[in-house]
Amino acid sequence: MENKLVISPSPHIHSGDSVSKNMYGVLIALIPAYLVSLLFFGMGALIVSLTSVIACVGFEYLIQKYVLHTKPSICDGSAMLTGLLLAFNLPSNLPVWMIVIGALVSIGIGKMSFGGLGNNIFNPALVGRVFLLISFPVEMTSWPEPGQLTVYLDAITAATPLTILKEGGHSLPEMQDILIGHKGGSIGEVSVIALLIGFVYLLYKKIITWHIPVTIFVTVALFSGILYGIDSVKYATPMIHLATGGLVLGAVFMATDYVTSPMSKGGMIVYGVGIGIITILIRVFGAYPGGVSFAILIMNAFTPLINMYIKPKRFGEEKK
Amino acid sequence: MLKTFRIGGIHPPENKLSAGKKIEQLALPDQVVIPLSQHLGAPTQAVVAKGDKVKVGTLIAKAGGFVSANVHASVSGTVAKIDTVVDASGYRKPALFIDVEGDEWEPSIDLSEELSAHIDSISAEDILRKISENGIVGMGGATFPTHVKLTPPSGMKAEILIVNGVECEPYLTADHALMLEKGKEILIGVRLLMKSIQVNKAIIAIENNKKDAIANLELLAREYEGIEVCPLQMKYPQGGEKQLIDAVISRQVPSGALPIATGAVVQNVATAFAVYEAVMKNKPLIERVVTVTGKCLTHPSNFKVRIGTSISLLIEAAGGLPEDTGKVIGGGPMMGKALVSTSVPITKGSSGVLLISRKESQRKESTSCIRCAKCTSVCSMGLEPFLLGTLAERGMFEEMEKELVMNCIECGSCNFTCPAHRPLLDYIRLGKSKVGAIIRNRKK
Repeated sequence: MENKLVISPSPHIHSGDSVSKNMYGVLIALIPAYLVSLLFFGMGALIVSLTSVIACVGFEYLIQKYVLHTKPSICDGSAMLTGLLLAFNLPSNLPVWMIVIGALVSIGIGKMSFGGLGNNIFNPALVGRVFLLISFPVEMTSWPEPGQLTVYLDAITAATPLTILKEGGHSLPEMQDILIGHKGGSIGEVSVIALLIGFVYLLYKKIITWHIPVTIFVTVALFSGILYGIDSVKYATPMIHLATGGLVLGAVFMATDYVTSPMSKGGMIVYGVGIGIITILIRVFGAYPGGVSFAILIMNAFTPLINMYIKPKRFGEEKK
Repeated sequence: MLKTFRIGGIHPPENKLSAGKKIEQLALPDQVVIPLSQHLGAPTQAVVAKGDKVKVGTLIAKAGGFVSANVHASVSGTVAKIDTVVDASGYRKPALFIDVEGDEWEPSIDLSEELSAHIDSISAEDILRKISENGIVGMGGATFPTHVKLTPPSGMKAEILIVNGVECEPYLTADHALMLEKGKEILIGVRLLMKSIQVNKAIIAIENNKKDAIANLELLAREYEGIEVCPLQMKYPQGGEKQLIDAVISRQVPSGALPIATGAVVQNVATAFAVYEAVMKNKPLIERVVTVTGKCLTHPSNFKVRIGTSISLLIEAAGGLPEDTGKVIGGGPMMGKALVSTSVPITKGSSGVLLISRKESQRKESTSCIRCAKCTSVCSMGLEPFLLGTLAERGMFEEMEKELVMNCIECGSCNFTCPAHRPLLDYIRLGKSKVGAIIRNRKK
């Protein structure tokens, strides 16, 4: 007994937190939005999400086992999360083969080529999404109308609120429908309310902090509010900008991706402001109706720089 | 809203298993092993030899300089030998072995239980001299000689005394028990400390999980001018000197400066009690309260123990060493040291003995950093443990210095929190020792 004591440096206890607990925590937070998407897009949402998750997990396993020759770590939940987030950014009538390509780009290029979990610069799900958007612009921007539960590829498509705006149109859906999610859009972005329930869960579980999402919301509201104040006929209200086009999905679930977002609270705020501004710039002045994905990817690229220059508040550096 | 420190911090499970247990006197051992240096600073010189008879309180080793502390016999009997012993640090250190014969005390020590409260006639110099003579050191664990801390460097002046009754380490309850049972003595000790540094204000800081101790001291403190009790929000590492000063008076010790730069002197409640005994009863620091605890232990307890007692006797008295013990820790689970054996002696800085099961002793395998930033949020010094860990891993020690690695207080919050189980504090300690060497070389 005497000789069998374990000797190790302090601390001798651990919080019990783990990588997989965080990943599964985010997956749980996505459940409300997923249920709403099943309710509105039925079979299409189911096929797209299952394909994406299975493909992402499969590619991660294959790449780890046969390319990198490391121990597969698919059980940590990160590939599953990338898969679900990718699906959330796709229309519910996207063909299976395109989804598989998206998953390969997400996991293969977005994540594993950098060395796997923790090393990638860009959000893998968004890398896949943007690759698909550029490669298949038509398929990626035709959104089925909600309520067609039993059709998949043949779903009748409709414009999203942002496309309607972009085309200068006036027949925007009612705000109530926008908030609940009864509108055209990608699988996971439609229901603002369900996404916000997930946000509250993430905060409660201390998986993320408020800094990134709230900064994005405030920046978008302020910037679009100024534009609306300048010309209320030409520009949409801040409420429309906040509630549409995957802003909530992006701000809560994509921009807060641990690996690709800054480490200090100050850095998170700078990053959030950047995403907010770029999103509105693209939406209002750019070629694409939606800009959240691009805004997040652009700010991902700035994250190492932000980490270098914006340090946490050090103890003992306050002015007297 | 209760006060607390402003940067970082964690909430580890409290597990105060021995809370509310009365302080029990542990039976005298057959032999004590008293390390000759039990403090931070210069080693002491033994002043007794093999075969000498000693009484309780006999000086056995003299301070080897100003930053050093006398050591006294904690038992009466015969010096069996002067040899080395592996102490809580894991290193072999010179120690005096005394075979116990009876329990005869030095006649100069006042053994009455009566409260001695008349402090008016005692001068500040007398207080400091008694503290120094009686070998008092900081009993919260740092074991810095108390008289040194009470003598600010020239040009510095203390404005306030902060008494540390935080006991933020999980499991430990020794200070808590002392605050419940020896409140009056602690308050007189606080008055003596105030007099010694010439301040007229003292704040006793206690975390809010010890409401009975707060109530007890608040009630007693009414009779003493200038002493206030300040309940604090529970948060680790609030007992750290810098964090405590920030929590109580909202001042932050500047990087590289001494705490006195804020005008505050911090002393532990157990030290205040020892100061009372040293000054009013002329009693050297020869015993202390130690928590013996652990989930698998049958009777977690608070014992009053003579310095030099083997911790195996404490474990026996608390129900015996459980079969499943994987780790024996001197101190608390966050900053305590894993002991190499159960025969390590209790010293002036031993606040607790914690047993941890074999399963809990194993570290989980670490995986790559997912950059969740939780280590950065919990760091109470505002550092970036993930970055320091990576820099140490790559041997980039100059960069670690720029990233302020030397400010780390080794509280372990980053390690505790890391979801990827990365040994961040191990890397930081490595970095601190390398950077320390770089700094020393530069001065040459």
